[in-house]
Amino acid sequence: MTAAPHDAAGELFELANRGRSRSRHVRDGGEAVVKVVLAGCAGFSVLITALIIGILAYEAVRFFMDVSVVEFLTGTEWSPLLGEEKRFGVWPLVAGTLLVTLVAAIFALPTGLVTAVFLSEYAPSWLRAILKPVLEILAGIPTVVYGFFALLIINPSLQWIAKVVTGEELFGAYSAGAAGIAVGIMILPIVTSLSEDALRSVPRGLRDGAYALGSTRFDTSVRVVIPGALGGIMASYLLAITRAIGETMIVALAAGGLAQLTVLPWRQVQTMTAYMVQIFLGDAPATGVEFKSSFAVAALLFLMTLLLTLAGYRILARFREEYE
Amino acid sequence: MNDETPQNLAMLVDRGEPRSQSRRRAFDRGFLVTCLAITAIAVLALGVLLGSILIEGLPGLRWSFFTEYASRDASKAGIRAPLWGSIWVASICAIVALPIGIATAVWLEEFAPKNRITAFIRLNISNLAGVPSIVYGILGLTLFVRMFGLFGPIQAPELEIGGRLYAIYYDTMQEPIRVPAEERGVAPVLKTGDVGFVQEIEEGADGELIFTDRWTPVTLTIVPEDEDAPEGYGIIEAWQAEEPADFETERPWYYIQFPLGQSVLAGGLTLMLVVLPIVIISSQEALRAVPGSLRTGSLAMGATKWQTTRKVTLPAAVPMIMTGSILAMSRAIGEAAPILVLGVALFITDTPSSLMDSFTVLPMQIYNWTSRWQEDFRALAATGIIVLLMVLLAFNAVAVLIRQKLQRPLS
Repeated sequence: MTAAPHDAAGELFELANRGRSRSRHVRDGGEAVVKVVLAGCAGFSVLITALIIGILAYEAVRFFMDVSVVEFLTGTEWSPLLGEEKRFGVWPLVAGTLLVTLVAAIFALPTGLVTAVFLSEYAPSWLRAILKPVLEILAGIPTVVYGFFALLIINPSLQWIAKVVTGEELFGAYSAGAAGIAVGIMILPIVTSLSEDALRSVPRGLRDGAYALGSTRFDTSVRVVIPGALGGIMASYLLAITRAIGETMIVALAAGGLAQLTVLPWRQVQTMTAYMVQIFLGDAPATGVEFKSSFAVAALLFLMTLLLTLAGYRILARFREEYE
Repeated sequence: MNDETPQNLAMLVDRGEPRSQSRRRAFDRGFLVTCLAITAIAVLALGVLLGSILIEGLPGLRWSFFTEYASRDASKAGIRAPLWGSIWVASICAIVALPIGIATAVWLEEFAPKNRITAFIRLNISNLAGVPSIVYGILGLTLFVRMFGLFGPIQAPELEIGGRLYAIYYDTMQEPIRVPAEERGVAPVLKTGDVGFVQEIEEGADGELIFTDRWTPVTLTIVPEDEDAPEGYGIIEAWQAEEPADFETERPWYYIQFPLGQSVLAGGLTLMLVVLPIVIISSQEALRAVPGSLRTGSLAMGATKWQTTRKVTLPAAVPMIMTGSILAMSRAIGEAAPILVLGVALFITDTPSSLMDSFTVLPMQIYNWTSRWQEDFRALAATGIIVLLMVLLAFNAVAVLIRQKLQRPLS
């Protein structure tokens, strides 16, 4: 009678043990399968990169069998669709891309940084509650909408301003400037949110130290917080510029379609992405050298954005080490 | 000595800071005003943008705008095809991108060993997020639309699954007759008494003819070539019976052909490539926000890593993952560049009903209307933008709701 409880406990222990060992076994088997499936999904992203590089390299090589690499990289004339002699010097497209990006950068980089400083150092909470959603909405607006805005609102406004100021009809129906400003509005939220994150990650102690020494908020922001967050700010700039270079719909609508080497923002330019749009919308037969040229342009674009992204993350990684 | 120290300090500070206290205060005040002015630019830009679009587009926002197809006549044009195209493409994109993206994030955050390969995969995903969307379009064109040319041209695919192939003949009424065929390019041998199918035609409200999806069987009669062959349904002259005018595949919704061509499936998969890095990164952030104590607690109770992930970590991260996924999907709905590269037709007058149907999406239609010179079409573009923004607004509202309803403090 006295032995019974003891026995029951032993039995229970054995039961629990048996159940446990069996389920462990099954669980470990399932665990391995799950792990392989998950790792396979992660491998998929590597496969995507490999495919992008493979396809662009293959098509670019096929293009360079028809057109010399030297002509492509050094030529200053791009006329694959017009004229008797087709010329494939990529510089006008690169210059067009850089001009639009430059206008966007001049507009967005200082504006974005000042807005970020304002949000992180100055703004009262009620103002933040208005500004943050505004920036989120701006970040969520599709780029084709910005293209519409650039073509139908910004460009006519610039036309009018230029007419009033200089008395001349500087702006045509399309302009690098209008596209650039629209791209600038598009990348503004990127600069602002990433820079603000960087500013906020500057330890509070540094600010308190500056205030204790009698600094105003301006002194603290400009001499302590901004230098302290410089890495993050630079990274946000680089990532924003990457987005600007790869932007397609705005420039396809508002920058024009004439590939020319110019630094004047009231001229129309063709960017690398806008050229690709022109080709893929069916302006060229799918087998001709013009069609292949779009892959070479895409390869160059991919290379440019890849280098910028890598540089951005390099800076960000180095900057993270500082405070952690 | 001791008395002079503050003075020394003041001198030191002064040397580094030549401006007087009041001037620095003025600077601070001035900077605040500058900040306000510059910050106002963002608000102003948004205000002008939305205002101008509303002014241009609101007058065109009628019910018929949602029910009409594209038209050369601006007053009759609508966005039915692109609206449904966007819904199909975004759904396919979500079905494929979310599982792969969340699984990748789970592996990276919960399972991946800390080694070079993992570091490389992380860097790779950061890079993918920076690749311009038009480049993904090129990948989609080669990988999905053409499939490297492995399965023949798009128009005559070598591999078809789930479809029913028909040869098309014309009878003496000049009506098309469908006859089941074994293989594309091989004509079935027709003889009198075989069964073909004629399309049912209905009369619309305005007396126009509507071709339905229903086909009625009819017994075929093959008559010799004759000048006065009798007219009638199913009567086919011998010379017409020798070679079909065309081949046609009946497409149930699950019909798939290889290569995929400019189909909704190809479009959805291409957009999947675009949003995958976004889904991965936002899911990673969501998982990282789950406190480590929850995991260690579960592991201490004897749960395996996968059980911990499935029962503890993932449920805790679900609200943030859903929010991130919805934002990624709204990005997919707004993308035009990758779809444009695929070479989809601009003039679509049908809504997709199978995975292989042609399509267009809202941003493409808006691009198309904006790039035309006529005022009417630009007003249409503005109306289209209003619809697109309303869709995105609805998405964001759902995201905010989820964030507020489901998110509980975790630590």
